[in-house]
Amino acid sequence: MFETLTDRFGEIFTRLRGRGRLSEADLTEALREIRVALLEGDVNLEVVRELVETIRTRAAGAELERSLTPAQQVIKIVNEELTAILGGEELRITYAARPPTVVLLAGLQGSGKTSAAAKLARWFVEQGRHPLLVAADLQRPAAVEQLRVLGRQVGAAVFSEPTDPVDVARRGVAEAVRVGRDVVIIDTAGRVSVDAVLMDEVAAVARATSPRYTFLVVDAMTGQDAVATAVAFHEALTLDGVILTKLDGDARGGAALSVAKVVGRPVAFVSTGERPADFEIFRPGRMAGRILGMGDVLSLIERAEHSLDQDVAGRAMDRIRRGRFTLEDFQDQLQQMKRLGPLSGIVGMLPGLPKEMRNAEIDEGNVTRIEAVIRSMTPAERNDPAIINGSRRTRIAAGSGTTPAQVNDLLNRFKEMQKMMRSSGMMAPTRPGGRRDKRKGGRVTPARSR
Amino acid sequence: MRVRRHRQGPGDPPVGADGAGAGRAGHGLVASLAHFRPGRIDEADFEELEELLVRADVGLKSTGRILAALRERVRAGGVGPAPGSLAAALRAEIVAGFGAGDRQLRVGLQPPGVWLFVGVNGVGKTTTIGKVAAQQTAMGRHVVVAAGDTFRAAAGDQLASWAERCGATLVRGADGADPSSVIFDAVEHARAAGADLVLADSAGRLHTKANLMDELRKVKRVADRPPGAVSEVLLVIDATTGQNGLVQAREFTAAVGVTGIVLTKLDGTAKGGIVLAIGEELGLPIKLVGIGEGVDDLVAFDPGEFAAALVGD
Repeated sequence: MFETLTDRFGEIFTRLRGRGRLSEADLTEALREIRVALLEGDVNLEVVRELVETIRTRAAGAELERSLTPAQQVIKIVNEELTAILGGEELRITYAARPPTVVLLAGLQGSGKTSAAAKLARWFVEQGRHPLLVAADLQRPAAVEQLRVLGRQVGAAVFSEPTDPVDVARRGVAEAVRVGRDVVIIDTAGRVSVDAVLMDEVAAVARATSPRYTFLVVDAMTGQDAVATAVAFHEALTLDGVILTKLDGDARGGAALSVAKVVGRPVAFVSTGERPADFEIFRPGRMAGRILGMGDVLSLIERAEHSLDQDVAGRAMDRIRRGRFTLEDFQDQLQQMKRLGPLSGIVGMLPGLPKEMRNAEIDEGNVTRIEAVIRSMTPAERNDPAIINGSRRTRIAAGSGTTPAQVNDLLNRFKEMQKMMRSSGMMAPTRPGGRRDKRKGGRVTPARSR
Repeated sequence: MRVRRHRQGPGDPPVGADGAGAGRAGHGLVASLAHFRPGRIDEADFEELEELLVRADVGLKSTGRILAALRERVRAGGVGPAPGSLAAALRAEIVAGFGAGDRQLRVGLQPPGVWLFVGVNGVGKTTTIGKVAAQQTAMGRHVVVAAGDTFRAAAGDQLASWAERCGATLVRGADGADPSSVIFDAVEHARAAGADLVLADSAGRLHTKANLMDELRKVKRVADRPPGAVSEVLLVIDATTGQNGLVQAREFTAAVGVTGIVLTKLDGTAKGGIVLAIGEELGLPIKLVGIGEGVDDLVAFDPGEFAAALVGD
């Protein structure tokens, strides 16, 4: 659902990856891209502004961790900030000591209140509760009928009367007490936030029923206006949380972040499809991860922190820079990567890769074969593959259970790889004793000159 | 994004601190502006305008293009020093962004013409059809309304109450029926009754759902089969929609050939700036605007008014 933002951060990440340190210019560049990504993801302008400043302050003063590249560290900070805004913990629904527990849903027209009401009822049924749906949307033609149909689908009774919303809500709660229903979900009419009369009405419904939870239903596709809407509803109703709907589309869902930030209330539930079952408790960790590509990048970073042998990794980077990356180093790298888990999983986690590549099937057997070939070489051969002639090739093939053609294939690919490293600037043109990377932890150093 | 480099934003170091603030890529424009300074229009003015457009959901890309055109205008000396002339120039650029395309709704030469209404969930398709039916009936046209949303519970009932109010004929199928068959029946009915226009509702669907988009293609094919002829495919977009609106327009156009946009719910605080991006980038005309709940609160789109509402006078 948040692929596009993920891809954007992925791009930033890839661009910065592999640089030894993060200069102030780099940081500025990264923050600029983060700003663009957040704005294109419909995060509110003010929220973006604040977020970028916080991230800048934190990133500029941060102690660099040895195990992360500076770029990874920036991403980590961004992730932490997003998670903090989205509300670190997931919501635990509690119930009123004296039932029924009243839940009030409000929101703009077409945000998905009626569908959300039915889905929420189903969710409560699954928790072993007995919800009563109250249709207090007497405005939209057939809204009551829609709720009745949905109520039947999810196995919840529906109460409504053609009187007025406040009355229907009050009597709905009384009805729940009478028939022994322990949860009441009140669906209200959609309204534009500037309509004072309707805002007063929904506030009156709230006063009459003292809901334990008041949720604002927000469409995941909402743009900059999400904040104005949320503030208006929060002023009228004092919200407890947000239900984010239509998350099954490809909208980036920045509205969730904006609303959480300005009203300081978490997203409680998300609706992820048209079926009643497509509704779940919102998990902030996962969401920030999605915005960032963390499910992805961040967990990769975490795993890298724990399982990579930093000295081996550092040595390899050093050799790449000096243009001395050999088959020996390549083998070290393969082993390191295998420690991170199955390759297909790792590739899926790298957001910088094109989608086709991420979804491509990865042949793990191929990796084993490559390793076998490299292991069948002598150290001299690994350091300088150029010496491998016909008879050496036959020996390596026999030793690794492959064919000379497969050995050749590997050697050619390795040559390609070296060429790529050189052309991408990762690897210095073979200049003996090229510059070494002296960074072993420290601060983000400002660029001296650009 | 080139746009960003033209200006000073929160992600940038202060301008002048080291000369890098103007941004490497945008250096040329900023510098030339500084030299020109007609009527003291400076970077801060453009910054304000960028904010204004971004806040209205115009999106960074379109904002960038519009501001680039505005800068060009300023540089060419086309903006006078009088207060408000920059805003006036921006309004002109916004109007230009919508293009000079035809915003008329076409009934087609051979009645019945079919207008198909499409869009994601909750944008106001059914309400829009109700209003269009009322207006077209009031204009003396014989209108048949096809309740093609057989998915959402009670969508047919909602449309029925609209049709009843304005005296249009409603054709509907069972809940969960194939929407194509409902449209087919409606077109047949319209032909037999000599009606001018069939307004075809469709269930809201996210453009990411391939099977539902296929279903919509089929609806259109069926509606387009003689005696019917689809003369308008109207994509309904909610004014609160953010950047996803552009994706919606692109996807629905690819699937069923959208001929125009209906912008709904413009009576809230949302400005609906995404339609500017849609008009500017995809060249789709905005045809109708929904500004309230009443039958008459659906009006022809006026780019000048839209620009005025966005920029202020």
